[in-house]
Amino acid sequence: MCATSELPPGARRIVEVDGRSIGVFNVAGDYLAIRNRCPHQGGPLCEGVQVGELTSDLPGDYEYSRPGEMIRCPWHGWEFDLRTGASWFDPARRRVRSYKVEVVPGGELEASPPRPGLQPGPYTAETVPVTVEGAYVVLELAPSGN
Amino acid sequence: MAGEQGRYTGPLVDCDVHNALPSDDALHPYMPADWRSRRDSLTYLPTAFRDVRENLGDRSYIGAEYPRPTKRASRVDAWPPGGGAPASDLAFAQAQLLDAWNISYAVLNPLLGIGEMLNLELAAVMARAANDWLADQWLDRDSRLRASIVVAYEDPPTAAAEIDRVARDPRFVQVLVLSRMIEPMGRRRYWPIYEACERNGLALGVHNGGWGGHPITPAGYPSYYLEDAAAMAGAFQAQVGSLICEGVLQHFPGLRIVLIEGGFAWIPALMWRLDRAWRMLGAEVPAVDRPPSQLIRERFWVSTQPMEEPEHPAQFHELLDQLQMTDRIMFSTDYPHWDFDAPNQALPARLTADQQRKILHENAAALYGLPTPADAAATGD
Repeated sequence: MCATSELPPGARRIVEVDGRSIGVFNVAGDYLAIRNRCPHQGGPLCEGVQVGELTSDLPGDYEYSRPGEMIRCPWHGWEFDLRTGASWFDPARRRVRSYKVEVVPGGELEASPPRPGLQPGPYTAETVPVTVEGAYVVLELAPSGN
Repeated sequence: MAGEQGRYTGPLVDCDVHNALPSDDALHPYMPADWRSRRDSLTYLPTAFRDVRENLGDRSYIGAEYPRPTKRASRVDAWPPGGGAPASDLAFAQAQLLDAWNISYAVLNPLLGIGEMLNLELAAVMARAANDWLADQWLDRDSRLRASIVVAYEDPPTAAAEIDRVARDPRFVQVLVLSRMIEPMGRRRYWPIYEACERNGLALGVHNGGWGGHPITPAGYPSYYLEDAAAMAGAFQAQVGSLICEGVLQHFPGLRIVLIEGGFAWIPALMWRLDRAWRMLGAEVPAVDRPPSQLIRERFWVSTQPMEEPEHPAQFHELLDQLQMTDRIMFSTDYPHWDFDAPNQALPARLTADQQRKILHENAAALYGLPTPADAAATGD
């Protein structure tokens, strides 16, 4: 998908793969991906604001955790867990598709079997010598098992 | 809950679009020079979502200033890339709304914070400027647009004069008021507005919101915007009762009233309750010569967004059956606001082709006198 340096912590990219729009997020070093289409009314979910998980056991007692791991749809504010695709309000039944993301060293990327939509590295520029090093973010369309 | 209305490919009318001023001084070219200078000194801020409401010119009673979940209560993706507030840039609104959804007509309901101003002279000047701005910057530039007339509704005789002035332009199809005004809508002080609507063949649009000085709910001020958003039907119910019981519909038999952004699942229960009360207590309101439910079905229209979403889609059909107002329901998006309804996703159950045609196009076309797109093309409109 891109070099890890192009997706630093806190960044996101929205990519088009096989006609699907998918958002890939780097949340504090973890790479997370979900479909960029809200199951409510089809809003561009991955263009929304990233927030944390806010829970409360009692009125006035709040816990804010997992900063950046939830995303809020830019249309109606439905929130989803970037790790699992589960919605905040009905995690068992209302969810968005999530995808497995892995980081693959550049050298292995070239040797790995072809994957749809994947441009094997190393990337080369016209006049700049390039060495195979670093790591690459690879998005897989297979379900992540969540 | 959302159902694809994929089969419907006909014309689409959006009955509630909130275009905005691109800048604080956007109305200045449409105001007399003396008022421009006076307004500068008043540092008036033009929108209903302003951060500060303490300036002399825009002072109103308290009302619906609960913090919204997003800036300017808008879709996060609705900010024009070239700057300005959501729906202040016609080209971007065309791309994101009219073109994206192939909308045939959209009715502009600008919420500019003018009607509720207590400085009635300034409100009248601002309303006049807003209507000229609407014609000049919006209606003249896209033939798909229609608009509601902005009026200083707490000064009804002045509002009526402005209606008479603007109604000569047939692209204005409605007069806009809010659901919480200073007095209940049926009270006689507002009748000049209704008379002007009837005289000019214009619908009266009652949009959710308002700064009439009353609590947002009949129980008082709640703590959260969620409560405001969920409880807004209360004001609409009171207004329907007021308009009926005060005899407004008998005095103005040509008046047609549109409840905008108020939902409609509550209407059957209100009809049942009003009918029951009328049978027992009708002598108190002898002008009401037929069951309130009949008056509601004859004289009221509703917009869809944000409609109630029943737990089971089949319950939406039960609701339509109870309402018997399928000829009165009109689709709306509420663009660019955060609770925007997508035209192909919003209706909560699979509807018949006949129901879709009525709700998405025909009801609004009939009420507002909109030519079919084919007719418009033939006449070069």
